[in-house]
Amino acid sequence: MSESISPDVVVDSRGATCPGPLMDLIGKIKKVDPDTVIELQTSDNGSRSDVPEWIDEAGHEMLDVVEHDDYWSLYVKTTT
Amino acid sequence: MTERIVIVGGGTGGTVLANRLADRLEPELDSDDVEIVLVNDGDEQFYKPAYLYVPFGKKDVSEATKPLADLLPRDVEFWNARVTEVDTDAEQVVLDNHRGLAYDHLVLATGANLVPEEVPGLVEGGHHFYGPEGAEALRDELAEFREGHLVLSVIGVPHMCPAAPVEFVLMVDDWLRKRGRREDVELTYTYPIQRAHGLQSVADWVAPIFEERGINLETFFNVESVDPDSRVLHTMEGKEMDYDLLVGIPPHDGSDLVREAGLGEDGWVEVDGTTLEAEHAEDVYAVGDIADVPTSKAGSVAHYEAGTVADRIASRVRGQTPTATYDGKTVCFIETGMDEATFVDFEYGSEPTMRDPSKPIHWAKLGYNESYWLTARGLI
Repeated sequence: MSESISPDVVVDSRGATCPGPLMDLIGKIKKVDPDTVIELQTSDNGSRSDVPEWIDEAGHEMLDVVEHDDYWSLYVKTTT
Repeated sequence: MTERIVIVGGGTGGTVLANRLADRLEPELDSDDVEIVLVNDGDEQFYKPAYLYVPFGKKDVSEATKPLADLLPRDVEFWNARVTEVDTDAEQVVLDNHRGLAYDHLVLATGANLVPEEVPGLVEGGHHFYGPEGAEALRDELAEFREGHLVLSVIGVPHMCPAAPVEFVLMVDDWLRKRGRREDVELTYTYPIQRAHGLQSVADWVAPIFEERGINLETFFNVESVDPDSRVLHTMEGKEMDYDLLVGIPPHDGSDLVREAGLGEDGWVEVDGTTLEAEHAEDVYAVGDIADVPTSKAGSVAHYEAGTVADRIASRVRGQTPTATYDGKTVCFIETGMDEATFVDFEYGSEPTMRDPSKPIHWAKLGYNESYWLTARGLI
C-alpha cells in the first residue's frame, strides 16, 4: 500500500530528540489544509506509538507506517 | 583583498561569535586581511532568560538590556540596520537602505520571532513572559490575581527555552503559596504531546512534582483558538478549557529572509547539525534559534554553536580544513520554585540525567544571569 502513497508534504524529523517528531508533525498539521497527506520521517522508535495515539485523539487518519533501514515513514492524512 | 565575514543578528549567538572570531583572527584583522561586520536591527541586546523573573517582581526589564557597542570588540564593525534580503548567489545581503553588503562568509543569527497572532484570540486573551512588554503585563496581572484558574499552556512548538514553561508553573506555585493565595488558585499546565515535556527524562521527573503540588497536567493539548471574552481555550483535539488567567507560550517563527533565500522552507535555516553549515548554500552558516538543529532553542546552544562556527570560519580563512564540530551540547537551568533549582545537560541523541533541586543551583542560576554579559563578550 505504501508504495502508492505520494505525500503532499514531507516532515524530516530524523535525528530529532527534542522537541520530537510528534511536535514537528503537530506544527505542520496546524499549517496545512484538510486532506493533506503528510509523510513524517522519524528515527525515534517512540514515534510509532506516540504519533498514532495523537492522530487518533485529534481525529486525523493514520494511513501507513513503513520501515526503512534507519528510520520510519509515518503517513498521515489531515481531516480538519 | 580583504575577506569579509558578515554576521546578521546581535543576540547571544551573534555576539559570542563576533568575539570569538575577533580573538581567533586577531593577526588577520590587524593586517586588514579580514574584516568582520555585525549587522543588527537595533543597537541593544536583550537577555531573554531574565524575563522569566519579571512577572514575579524579581527582575526589571532594563536589567536584561545592554548596548551592543559594550559587547563587541573594537575590531568588529557594527552596523545598525535591517537586512531585507539574503542573496546567496551574489553572496551579499541587502540592507533596508537598499545598500548591498557582500560577504565571503555569512552567519545568520537572527533568532526566533514570536507570532501569537497565528492563534486566533491569543493576543487578546493570553499573557506570556517571552518578551519585555509581555513579561511586564503578566507581572501586573499576577500582582492582582487572587483566585481562579491559572492555565499555563504551551501553545507554540518549537519555542525558545523549553524549560521555561515548567519553571514558570513551579515558580508561580511557590510564589502563590508564599503569599497565602495558592488555595484559591487552581493551576493547570498543558503540553502538546502525551507527556509534560519533549524530553522524556524531564517529563518523568516533573509529573510527580506536579502531582505532589496539586498542579493539573493536561497532555495532547494543542490550542487552536482562544475565546478572550468567555475565557475558553479550544484545542485541535476538540477539547475546551476555561481559564481566568492564561499564560500562553506563543508560536514562534524563523524568518522570511530564510524562506525567501531558499535556506529553509519553514523559516529556520536547514543546516548540518554538526558543522552548522547551510544545506542549500555555500559559505553560509546559522547559529542560535534560527538554526534548525535537533536540540533546544536555548542560549547555551547558541553559545556552543558560535564557538564551533568561529573555529570553522577561522580555519577556512587560513586555508585549513575545518575540523571543529558541534555535538548538540545543551545546558539548561530549571527553577523548581522561587529558591531552588536543578540543571540538565545533554548532547544530540542523549537524555539528561535529572538531579535533585537545591538552593545552591538556584544561586548558580542567578549568578550566571548576572555574569551572562561576560558570555556575550566571549569571556566565559
